[in-house]
Amino acid sequence: MKHKLITGLSLLFLAFGLQAQRTTSMKINEILVVNEDNFVDDYGSRHSWIELYNASPGTVNVAGCYLTDDLKKPKKYMIPKGDVLTQIKPRQHALFWADGIPSRGTFHLNFTLSPENANFIALFDSDGSTLIDSITVPAGQRADVSYGLIEDGWTQKRLDEELRLNPLYKGGNKLWVYFDDKVNDGRYVTPSSNNRILDTNEKIENFKENDSRGAGMTITAMGVVFSGLLLLFLIFRMIGKIAVYLSHRRVMKSSGLSSEEAKGVAEQSGEVIAAISMAIYEATELHDEEHTILTIKKSASSYSPWSSKIYTLRHTPVKS
Amino acid sequence: MDFFSFLGDNLATFWTYTGFDNITLGHGIMILVGLLFIYLAIAKEFEPMLLIPIGFGILIGNIPFKDAGLKLGIYEEGSVLNILYQGVTSGWYPPLIFLGIGAMTDFSALISNPKLMLIGAAAQFGIFGAYIIALTMGFEPNQAGAIGIIGGADGPTAIFLSSKLAPNLMGAIAISAYSYMALVPVIQPPIMRLLTTKKERLIRMKPPRVVSQTEKILFPIFGLLLTCFLVPSGLPLLGMLFFGNLLKESGVTRRLAETARGPLVDTITMLLGITVGASTQATQFLTWDSVKIFGLGAMSFVIATAAGVLFVKFFNLFMSKDNKINPLIGNAGVSAVPDSARISQVVGLEYDSSNYLLMHAMGPNVAGVIGSAVAAGVLLGFLG
Repeated sequence: MKHKLITGLSLLFLAFGLQAQRTTSMKINEILVVNEDNFVDDYGSRHSWIELYNASPGTVNVAGCYLTDDLKKPKKYMIPKGDVLTQIKPRQHALFWADGIPSRGTFHLNFTLSPENANFIALFDSDGSTLIDSITVPAGQRADVSYGLIEDGWTQKRLDEELRLNPLYKGGNKLWVYFDDKVNDGRYVTPSSNNRILDTNEKIENFKENDSRGAGMTITAMGVVFSGLLLLFLIFRMIGKIAVYLSHRRVMKSSGLSSEEAKGVAEQSGEVIAAISMAIYEATELHDEEHTILTIKKSASSYSPWSSKIYTLRHTPVKS
Repeated sequence: MDFFSFLGDNLATFWTYTGFDNITLGHGIMILVGLLFIYLAIAKEFEPMLLIPIGFGILIGNIPFKDAGLKLGIYEEGSVLNILYQGVTSGWYPPLIFLGIGAMTDFSALISNPKLMLIGAAAQFGIFGAYIIALTMGFEPNQAGAIGIIGGADGPTAIFLSSKLAPNLMGAIAISAYSYMALVPVIQPPIMRLLTTKKERLIRMKPPRVVSQTEKILFPIFGLLLTCFLVPSGLPLLGMLFFGNLLKESGVTRRLAETARGPLVDTITMLLGITVGASTQATQFLTWDSVKIFGLGAMSFVIATAAGVLFVKFFNLFMSKDNKINPLIGNAGVSAVPDSARISQVVGLEYDSSNYLLMHAMGPNVAGVIGSAVAAGVLLGFLG
């Protein structure tokens, strides 16, 4: 009973842990402070907006989480529960209007953003104290120019990794950048959409450009396949040697044989052991009851179609 | 309108719904292909458990009908066949098949002679040989990767990878992979004979030692940890393969192992075969790309077989006289479990009627399964 209780409690904690982990994968992704000629809400009005991004591979429900513009008031706006739209699909976005009119619906916040001053924005978990993500948007934002992550949901660590591994990365070395439709640098204001519009598969383009004949892929992939199986080979060679040594010791201990004799016995194949057993059986017709005598005994191993001759030795196709 | 003209009109309308009114040359060709598969399975016993469901599936998929929104075809969302096809398109049939394969595979031959694993790795050259040729034929890298995996001679892996990399080519790739797996007895022996000398074919290998249960239990655990840490994208296939094997070898989950290698794998094999067959609707399937894929599939099998045999010959250069490997087991590295191992046995017996190579060939054979799943993981990681 006690064990069951402990297991149950562990599973419960694990479930809560997983839930928390999932909401923590939400990121503040893009913000537009001064909205003059940009996206309009359901009421036909233009306001500042804040875009959240679900960086996880699972659906996240942000209901019960808090958005705020004041670190001292983490519970300023609770995202209402009971709205199916608060469930954000994997790698998808949700847009909140900072219009100060929460009566307009789930996605309308009870605060606004200041066009002159810096704006602090934070997302807190449903406990009201766990900070999931925060950002301070610098003062002096231009109209219809948004401020967002260079790539959806990226962190500084992810950007550094990209810069290290991909010297041709064109996004620059800043995590937070401005998105301006009027500047032709491929960065556009993208409410409820990916910060960088993907019109090609970079991985495939990279292979087309740098490995058009496939030699690079062949060398790399075969290297990985060989390494994997080589590692398995080395480990099982070692395990095999240990197993043979242990079996060797067991034989020495039980039968008092010398080291060399025992080695010979321990390394015998199943076929040899079967042949010896059969010979003894034929010669003496000994039974299983006798102790310390090698004899025939029914195998305890479970049935496997793998070892069944019916399955493995099918008739060879013959031309009639 | 009198009653008879009413009946006539109805019958005329009914006629437009029948297969006879909607048949095209493509449908006819595919129905013949389906019948050929069924014939090969029954009369020649070429992979009957695969070719019967696929062949019959081809017949199902190529019954022509008028598209009247009746949710009949496999590509119509919400149809029964479409729902069953989700297991292929979403890629969850192949891992379940791997679960069954794991639960029925005895890795003893490999554990007792682990160097045979390297033959399973060498045979994966078939995948990348076909990848290179596919690139030169103008396929995109992701398509070339999906086509190349035919050389892994592993149907579930081919379906899994093509569903991720090139879903539009999946039908042709799956049919090609299963067809050549069925034709292993035809494709492999000439290559094996061509690349070996009579002396090499007579090499007798040391019988495998007895493997303890502890070693058998450790194999799936270490196998999973090593291969999946190296290639996490191979997790769905390798995870299930080794899990199934642990169910078998642990000795305490006999019921689960028996279900995995019995009813479960049988059910999934039927569903996979019938839906892959049905996905070859003439309108979707009969294209030049499909023809090219069939050609590439054949080449990949040839390259894989040759690579396995040649690798053994190369490996023998470094082996002592007593430990030499018979190169006739090199072909078994292409997975196609257990057919290619059986080919080693059959060809070996042709030259020495007391030289049984089956158990030795099972080593590279199951290593080939692991190798092709790792290769699929690498391709998925790079091109997915």
